[in-house]
Amino acid sequence: MIGPNLLSAVSVEGVERKSTAGPTSDLVNVNLKINGTAYSLDVDPRVTLLDALRERLHLTGSKKGCDHGQCGACTVLINGRRINSCLTLAVMHEGDEITTIEGLANGDELHPVQAAFIEHDGFQCGYCTPGQICSAVALLKENHANSDDEIREWMSGNICRCGAYPNILAAIKEAKTKTT
Amino acid sequence: MNPFSYSRVADPGEAVHTLAGKPQGKFLGGGTNLIDLMKMGVETPNELVDINRLPLTQIEELPDKGVRIGALARNSDVAEHELIKTRYPVLSLALLSGASPQLRNMATVGGNLLQRTRCYYFYDPAFPACNKRKPGSGCGALDGYNRIHAILGQSDQCIATHPSDMCVALAALDAVVRVRGPKGEREISFGNFHRLPGNTPERDTNLAPDELIVSVDLPAISFAARSHYLKVRDRASYAFALVSVAAALDLDSNKVKAARVALGGVAHKPWRAHKVETEINGKSADENTFRAAAEAELAAAKGYKYNSFKIELAKRAIVCALSTVAAMA
Ligand SMILES: Cc1cc2nc3c(=O)[nH]c(=O)nc-3n(C[C@H](O)[C@H](O)[C@H](O)COP(=O)(O)OP(=O)(O)OC[C@H]3O[C@@H](n4cnc5c(N)ncnc54)[C@H](O)[C@@H]3O)c2cc1C
Ligand code: FES
Ligand code: FES
Repeated sequence: MIGPNLLSAVSVEGVERKSTAGPTSDLVNVNLKINGTAYSLDVDPRVTLLDALRERLHLTGSKKGCDHGQCGACTVLINGRRINSCLTLAVMHEGDEITTIEGLANGDELHPVQAAFIEHDGFQCGYCTPGQICSAVALLKENHANSDDEIREWMSGNICRCGAYPNILAAIKEAKTKTT
Repeated sequence: MNPFSYSRVADPGEAVHTLAGKPQGKFLGGGTNLIDLMKMGVETPNELVDINRLPLTQIEELPDKGVRIGALARNSDVAEHELIKTRYPVLSLALLSGASPQLRNMATVGGNLLQRTRCYYFYDPAFPACNKRKPGSGCGALDGYNRIHAILGQSDQCIATHPSDMCVALAALDAVVRVRGPKGEREISFGNFHRLPGNTPERDTNLAPDELIVSVDLPAISFAARSHYLKVRDRASYAFALVSVAAALDLDSNKVKAARVALGGVAHKPWRAHKVETEINGKSADENTFRAAAEAELAAAKGYKYNSFKIELAKRAIVCALSTVAAMA
């Protein structure tokens, strides 16, 4: 594993080049705890949490589908609650505990939701999958997986372009029997 | 995204002080609307004051049996709170019908009140004409693709709708918005919070730029426990309303003693359906009564090329929502 110090030295140019205006905002320091590791970053306040994870920390499991809160591919857990990391700024998360898809497994042992997605073919291309799995982990904790319709409604924030919905549903139902 | 300076504040006084006299600055709540609009280049604040750490997340009973909801309470927490679910189910249902679980975990009550229209011509600066975004530039929707647009209370300057579900329930419940500015606190009744477009469509609300929303107070309404929210949309979930109805009924056997009805997706502000309320008062709670009242409310409605279907849809949604409430035990 790459240590946090090395990671924070990684350039943010890829993130900042996207901005349209010439001058940049002053950098702001933020301390994030991601998958149990503490990181201290100096970031442009315009950087979303998703871009910080992917471009700064190279945690590329969280995906950018729409960048506008409309697809759920960027879903991560903040202090245990699911959110869209594309519509929140990294600087807003000082001190927060962030869990991404990279932090769900226990060593080589997959999280029950990850294992169930494999077991039930809960994906085709896999692009939406990290977001689906993070969302499903939260869904089970929220106790909103008590019927097929309830699961469909409470997973509606995660779009799957490949249409793997029936298998995603099956995976979540199986994971529920293993986690509760 | 334009550059901006960023600061975090710990108490409401500090928040108000930080933005006092800075019309270009903005408070940052969940960010789900503001950051989106900043990415689009529609909002270009030069300063963001992050209010997420303010101790305004309470959901508590008031001495008069009403309920106070702090401006930073998350939409998901409000929807799932026992006081809201039991006393104001219409509010819980409205919140749960909106956005997605992820977005509801982020969205705050204050931010939801101030979310901006989803009119395509407003949201995308590539369209040159939008009086709301750029006063005086015209309205792209009037002669454009106006399927999601207003049928009531619009002006020839703007036919945008207010997109919030939560606000439709709050309109029906006569909520009061408590705000704090550099000169102190004041209360704004819900009907006076959002505005009709008139000649100033750039102003969505009567809140001043340097005022902070601190809470939304719900008055005690015993019959609000008998209430419902009906949302009609293009998808079964995760879509904005084409038309929605918040409704509560007080019945004496089958007679309407009092009613609260508001409509979403039809106007520049959550539309309190006063005509429906007056029409059905004292009458028997049946479909004929509801249909006549819906006709009265929509009598002044005006449709455009692509949204005229909303007029009949709104009438049917009113009848359906009221019938659902009437049938409740
Ligand atoms: C994909 C998608 C789907 C959605 N679907 C729905 C839907 O179906 N129904 C629905 O109702 N909504 C929907 N929404 C909108 C969502 O409900 C709003 O974005 C959210 O409620 C805004 O809250 P926020 O805290 O994130 O606000 P922010 O984005 O932080 O702020 C919005 C505005 O409010 C101001 N502000 C925030 N808090 C305060 C305060 N306390 N005092 C003064 N000013 C303040 C900010 O300065 C900003 O101008 C959807 C959003 C997305 C992205
Ligand atoms: S990338 Fe965040 S919701 Fe689509
Ligand atoms: S598996 Fe391809 S988008 Fe869901």
